[in-house]
Amino acid sequence: MTQDFTPTEMMTIAAARALTNDDVCFVGIGAPSAACNVARLTHAPDITLIYESGTIGTKPDVLPLSIGDGELCDTALFTVSVPEMFRYWLQGGRITTGFLGGAQIDRFANLNTTVVGPYDKPKVRLPGGGGAPEIASNCGQIFITMALTNRGFVDHLDFITSMGHGEGGDHRARLGMKTKGPTRVITDLCIFEPDPVTRELTVVSLHKGVTREQIKENCGWPVRFATETVETPVPTETELSVLRDINARTKRAHEAA
Amino acid sequence: MAKICTLSEAIEENVRDGDTLAMEGFTHLIPYAAGHEIIRQNRRELFLVRMTPDLIYDQLIGVGAARGMKFSWGGNPGVGSLHRFRDAVENQWPRPLEIEEHSHAAMANAYEAGAANLPFAMLRGYIGADLAKVNPNIKSVTCPFTGEVLAAVPAIRPDVSIIHAQRADWQGNVLIEGITGVQKEAVLAASRSIVTVEEIVDELNPPSPNAVVLPRWAISAVVHVPGGAFPSYAHGYYARSNAFYIAWDKIARDRDSFTAWIKANVLAGKPEDFARHAVRRAANAA
Repeated sequence: MTQDFTPTEMMTIAAARALTNDDVCFVGIGAPSAACNVARLTHAPDITLIYESGTIGTKPDVLPLSIGDGELCDTALFTVSVPEMFRYWLQGGRITTGFLGGAQIDRFANLNTTVVGPYDKPKVRLPGGGGAPEIASNCGQIFITMALTNRGFVDHLDFITSMGHGEGGDHRARLGMKTKGPTRVITDLCIFEPDPVTRELTVVSLHKGVTREQIKENCGWPVRFATETVETPVPTETELSVLRDINARTKRAHEAA
Repeated sequence: MAKICTLSEAIEENVRDGDTLAMEGFTHLIPYAAGHEIIRQNRRELFLVRMTPDLIYDQLIGVGAARGMKFSWGGNPGVGSLHRFRDAVENQWPRPLEIEEHSHAAMANAYEAGAANLPFAMLRGYIGADLAKVNPNIKSVTCPFTGEVLAAVPAIRPDVSIIHAQRADWQGNVLIEGITGVQKEAVLAASRSIVTVEEIVDELNPPSPNAVVLPRWAISAVVHVPGGAFPSYAHGYYARSNAFYIAWDKIARDRDSFTAWIKANVLAGKPEDFARHAVRRAANAA
């Protein structure tokens, strides 16, 4: 019998499972960082985690608050300058997987972290793209993790910070991109994958106890379900204890001094 | 040639009203003490350049020192918004802020082009991204060999760049270790540069011949400011104060509490105040 778990824990663990031991992964801060480190501490001990501050092959004991905490450099295989990071390693095509979060996403997995409202007169000014525009185009494939809410999963983005599948179909290929783009979106209620032809995000797996109605209510567009959906396997005791331990260590470390 | 002097002299001599100013340090080694001195000396009309504006530019924007900013990610890392930056963009308080927004890759390339004395940088970037539609400084070039169309952005050429580093020697040569970000490029791209350091030593003794050393003849001023990167950090000296970054959210959210904080901690402060952060946190050194 497995312990109880929260939807956020299920999201992080389902996201961690998307990664493999052979991945070279460009890690976004926040939810992606938790997922990547849970993967490293469970089924993918040899995964290469890269943060855009220049730290390559990092193995943090606590989750960093920023993408450049000293912990990342201390535990890295090596650390390079930021121009080298973006030019040789990312643009050079050495990174298999980018793991991103976002404030808003649309049905073709385009992300907005720039503005809500018009760019020149924003209702809400968000932090902006950072590394995301080129992570999205230069990594072999992209995973995205964020909670499923009406505010986050929207029918129309005011701004495309980083391109997923654009207008759908072969839009990426038409713009000359050779990488796959977003292949999986992991939320706290379900997992989406793009339809093979239209590239619209489609629910392929529902977390235990979640209904289709719940997913429809929390998604800002008329959501599609795959012909056959499955139930996401619940977290194992090992996965849960690894996640809870790293969260507890992180909380203690960030509150200290 | 690097002049070893006080922070007040270095800012007085090298930072002028209206300057394009780059203060770099990618999370690590952010030159906070220098930022505070710029506020105390009441520099105005600055055009700020920085990949991640961070708290240091939230402070300069909040006091109204900046007319504009070029940047690529304007948040409080892992915490949320930069509230003074948001207030300037959303409500023009305390004054309007002209923004030129890029991606990290473009900024990093643009600094490198500046250091290399080239007029622009090119990258395989901004594909399908809306920034190219709202920033007229994102253009394109066609490769003369393959015909591939690549993004082009102007080189960054600051009037003055300011960074913080671990050590200098008494001649003014500077050593940087750990996450080195774009600091070397920022200094080499600029007309003038200031480096604040944790300590000044007789011999730099770099741990490796490939450690980042900026020679004294590429720097305008070197200033001894222990703790000068707080609440950022200096690898090998003291750790990042994540607790302060979290606390800043509340301080900066409100105009009055921000102004009171600046008054108490910056206007009434001095560079030597930063030393207590280096001492107090030495035991937790990264």
